[in-house]
Amino acid sequence: MTPDSRPALPRFVKLRFDRARDIWLLLAPERILIPDETAVEVLKLCDGEATLAAIAATLAARYDAPEPEILSDVTAMLADLEAKGFLRDREAA
Amino acid sequence: MTELSARLRPDPARSHGIPIAVLAEITHRCPLQCPYCSNPVELERASAELSTEEWLRVLGEIADLGVLQLHFSGGEPLARRDLETLVARAAALDLYTNLITSAVTLTEARLDALANAGLDHVQISVQSVEDALATRIGGLRGALERKRAAASWVRARDLPLTLNAVMHRQNLHELPEMIEMALDLGAARLEVANVQYYGWALKNRAALMPSPDQIDTASRVVDTARERLHGRLVIDYVEPDYYAARPKPCMGGWGRQVFNISPSGKVLPCHAAESIAGMRFDSVRDHPLAWIWDHSEAMNRYRGTDWMPEPCRSCAHKHDDWGGCRCQAAALLGDAGATDPACAFSPRHAEVFEAALAFSEGSDRYTYRDFSGGTPERDG
Repeated sequence: MTPDSRPALPRFVKLRFDRARDIWLLLAPERILIPDETAVEVLKLCDGEATLAAIAATLAARYDAPEPEILSDVTAMLADLEAKGFLRDREAA
Repeated sequence: MTELSARLRPDPARSHGIPIAVLAEITHRCPLQCPYCSNPVELERASAELSTEEWLRVLGEIADLGVLQLHFSGGEPLARRDLETLVARAAALDLYTNLITSAVTLTEARLDALANAGLDHVQISVQSVEDALATRIGGLRGALERKRAAASWVRARDLPLTLNAVMHRQNLHELPEMIEMALDLGAARLEVANVQYYGWALKNRAALMPSPDQIDTASRVVDTARERLHGRLVIDYVEPDYYAARPKPCMGGWGRQVFNISPSGKVLPCHAAESIAGMRFDSVRDHPLAWIWDHSEAMNRYRGTDWMPEPCRSCAHKHDDWGGCRCQAAALLGDAGATDPACAFSPRHAEVFEAALAFSEGSDRYTYRDFSGGTPERDG
């Protein structure tokens, strides 16, 4: 993941709000994760169009936080999800 | 087996929670005749199957219950021509859909239709890496080649693929090649499932039971492969009960977080539950699914810990393994309410090990699964 990456969920990974349990879920083959609040905000922005840099800028503006710090946190989080197969870099694909 | 965040599991103090997954066995019809089939020995005929309309209603009830994953299974689920319709409805209801298939009757056109309907994941069973053995186990010539082709179509459509390899005495020597085949076919997961002995597999114990040496070797092969393939292939390993010291928390506990629907609509705590004599299961034809989940007598019979005898009742592990497998206790001891004899704390544990050793030296001849109650393999 680099600032130019355009992260997106693969078709078979689903981010959905589960009304029965009142939580957000990330569904994948034989795996179900419960992303925390921050991860949900980040994942909602991973549409395969926005670059990682743009996502960080959006979040920095929304939470009035320093952009470089956000970029580094988000990069680490998304790289981890990419390694687990939950996320792809559309640019690299 | 699904990796779950602990927060999705029911509170240990409660008898059950919101179900996470449903195994929908939509038909018992199948082009294969594997002698370890997990279906009941008494198979349900096509005329007894739920109609498309009934399934569409039941899918809505499944989603309303809060179920997250739906596994379409069988028999061979492709034997139902309305599978695409059912997958489309399940996807529209936000259920995560998995197709568990032998894949021998899959075509590219059918796979396209299923993918367009919203199918999320495909799981293909394999009997052997060798054509001759695969034919002998499944009873269908050319099955392995069809499976290889089907796997390539799945991957070409960017659908995630799991390979399910059922292992036993007559194919355990192939485990290293099986792992290589999973990699070749582009699977992200491989389930190495030692046969569990209920139903058809119980009939075939003497032909399937591995030796302790085979199991030791298999465990080493899996450990080594997991290390070598970390990040490339996830390997799930289902250990053989008869040689284990601790029982499996079967289905995460009876009626706790998953259930099964039979072709005719019977709601079962697990796919083998019909092997327990004297149980009566409620049907989605007679009751709302939510009522069955909470109140059916069968679902409540072995829920939680209140039903447990000693040594389970005072055992420190009772909230981990939930007393093990009821079907196994029924099959081996004739009492579904006994401690699973796979457990080293069971007073009958030693007998199970002795039985396994005896069966491991049995005849290799199979009794094939069919609607007539089984057909013995012919000589030569």
